[in-house]
Amino acid sequence: MQHSFAYFLDQLINGLTLGSIYGLIAIGYTMVYGIIGMINFAHGEIFMIGAFISIITFLLLGMAGVTWVPLALIIVLVVAMTLTAIYGWTLERVAYRPLRRSPRLAALITAIGMSIFLQNYVQLLQSARNKPMQPVISGGVQVFEQQGYVVSLSYMQMIIMVVTVALMGIFTTVIVRTTLGRAQRACEQDRDMAALIGVNVDRTISLTFIMGAALASVAGLMFLLYYGVIDFYIGFLAGIKAFTAAVLGGIGSLPGAMLGGLLIGLIEAFWSGYFTVEYKDVAAFSILVLVLIFRPTGLLGKPDIEKV
Amino acid sequence: MAVAVAEDIVVRPLNMAALVREASITALVVFALAISLVGFQVLDVPGGLAIRTRFVDVGMVMVLAFFGRVALILLREHRPRPVLIVTPVLAAIMLVLLLSETFFGVETGSVLKQFLPFQDPVVLWGVLLVTIVLAVRSAYAHTHMNSSMTLEEREVRMDQIGAGVQRAARLLGPVLLLFAITLPFMPFADRRLLDIGILVLTYVMLGWGLNIVVGLAGLLDLGYVAFYAVGAYSFALLATQMDVSFWVALPFAGLMAGLAGVILGFPVLRLRGDYLAIVTLGFGEMVRVILLNWYSFTNGPDGISGIPRPSFFGFAEFRRNAGDTTAFHDMFGLEFASVHRIIFMFYLILGMALIVNVFTMRIRKLPIGRAWEALREDETACRSLGINPRNTKLTAFGIGAMFAGFAGSFFATRQGFISPESFTFIESAVILAIVVLGGFGSQVGVVIAAVLLIGLPEFFRDLQQYRMLAFGLAMVLIMLWRPAGLLAHREPTLRLFGRNKKPGTSS
Repeated sequence: MQHSFAYFLDQLINGLTLGSIYGLIAIGYTMVYGIIGMINFAHGEIFMIGAFISIITFLLLGMAGVTWVPLALIIVLVVAMTLTAIYGWTLERVAYRPLRRSPRLAALITAIGMSIFLQNYVQLLQSARNKPMQPVISGGVQVFEQQGYVVSLSYMQMIIMVVTVALMGIFTTVIVRTTLGRAQRACEQDRDMAALIGVNVDRTISLTFIMGAALASVAGLMFLLYYGVIDFYIGFLAGIKAFTAAVLGGIGSLPGAMLGGLLIGLIEAFWSGYFTVEYKDVAAFSILVLVLIFRPTGLLGKPDIEKV
Repeated sequence: MAVAVAEDIVVRPLNMAALVREASITALVVFALAISLVGFQVLDVPGGLAIRTRFVDVGMVMVLAFFGRVALILLREHRPRPVLIVTPVLAAIMLVLLLSETFFGVETGSVLKQFLPFQDPVVLWGVLLVTIVLAVRSAYAHTHMNSSMTLEEREVRMDQIGAGVQRAARLLGPVLLLFAITLPFMPFADRRLLDIGILVLTYVMLGWGLNIVVGLAGLLDLGYVAFYAVGAYSFALLATQMDVSFWVALPFAGLMAGLAGVILGFPVLRLRGDYLAIVTLGFGEMVRVILLNWYSFTNGPDGISGIPRPSFFGFAEFRRNAGDTTAFHDMFGLEFASVHRIIFMFYLILGMALIVNVFTMRIRKLPIGRAWEALREDETACRSLGINPRNTKLTAFGIGAMFAGFAGSFFATRQGFISPESFTFIESAVILAIVVLGGFGSQVGVVIAAVLLIGLPEFFRDLQQYRMLAFGLAMVLIMLWRPAGLLAHREPTLRLFGRNKKPGTSS
């Protein structure tokens, strides 16, 4: 069974779905790293908060009697993106902005502290127990069949991939075509110079955090829908893997983050499919180490020139 | 009309509309943050999920945010007087209400407590603390004509404090040591206190070990717990599978952990700063995942139990009936008491921690220690001076890992049981927090931080669930207050013109 094409296709679909989720989180890491050069360690927690806001909104909609799935999904998407974006904005405003001129180590430690804080904040408010949710979207289409092994693409997986591609398109357009995107790229290259020619640096950085958090909340919503269960701890592993994805793709590069996310998702899916499920996290971390050793700039990254 | 008070401070007339607007925006943001996670709680009831609402708490948080912001604006606009009057009164009222049950008896007290904004005592103490901080700040602003110190002023002030602590450490060190040595024989030293002392000392040792890596060599290691785990498991497996005694296994466990440090460090130590941090974090998780899944070797999530306790340096056992071997109480002609073993454990970890300390203090003066600190300051300069960065970093990493391994085997023998659950990322973060709080590189700072972060929460067991929350918050606040670390103070290790002469003055 393991050697059939159908099995391979099945893993491919799983990997792409998982990779889409990682990719959406990875964009947040890569954008923040690009613009202020810090690893926003608490980004995984923002993803987790997005998932929690989604489950709360779903339950409230259920109580309000909104049962038409597309409408419910759109409402949840909007609510989760908005509220999570405010968390992202507050995080930057309160914890990171005062440290912008400090050593990078200080910013990283602050981010770790924030990550621990947010994790326990959610744990205290929402209790430590798993939150399982009834599947919202079921069904799918049969794609392929081989010797009785049916490969199907569920509607859920389709939605995840389509939304990811759509969001990627929107954000690439924003970065490439709009004034905001231009300001962002200017800040990435030289913050002081950008400020001198009239770019509002604070506002640009805030917007970067807002966009990153909004994308992470979409990933959180998808995680909730795909796995059907969340807890306060999901942000930790997902965050590290998404960071791995960002590094793999070349940190600072938007297409790189997406590519890295997909690769990590595929590696994980195929590793669990063909080897052992238990060591899939080890596989992801080993990739991170190997990439950093042999190609520190990642697949699509630009080399970092060190000035003395 | 602007009134000049000091040379460069101008008190502008207060714009009430702007003040209310700013405070309202803050309250709105807090509303947006709180409405989802505070306002609704997801409960799992039989047959699905349910929602519990907590709108009163959301409202309270908003009101507090509004007035807190007003107070901050008043301070910023150099009008501390209203804040100075209101906050102490509020703090006093809250304190009385909080302690009302002890003041007025349970009946009146429980009625009075109804007037408090929240029912959770910990949240209330938190609010009280913030009120007191505001009061202190307004008092400061009242006398100094400035709402708060600038970052530079704070840096200078805290550096003085750090320097003071380090000077005091020469006196404080021996006093603390004397206290630690006499602690088991103090009249108030019961078993519980000794247990807490052992725990604190374990973290002091880990903190000192990590200090070599982070403080001296400047390598941010987020996976330090991995080496702690390697040490603990090496010892536990040797002791349970091969019947090796503690004293034989201890050096071996340290060696294994050091070796693990060198092997893991070799490929990654050329990475810089935050990349290294993430890779070490990944290593920490990898070690934990392997311990969890390699069932045949590590017994997986069930852990290893029945790890033997150490003997008295191989001469005597801490048992009532030692059988063939000598019993500790017979050897010294004492009455048997189970506390003997605890006291011995206490001295054991004290001695181990002191070895790390002495080692660090001495190695700082050797070429290798100097190279670590030089590397921390400027890698490029070191390279051009002919220091091999990788080997130098590798020694720091390996030595730090070795000490973690020693601490790990002590942990295993003290607990008698280990499982992968004791070696999560949070442990690494706690040890790092101790080093950070103590100010990277300060030995006595680590002790103070360990007592504060490990010892204090042990006395407040009821607050256990808030411990990590406070932990994360403390890390953030300390970094915001002083990015160099709370008690950091760096004396140059070497001076060109000696200690008392400043460079540039004639010599």
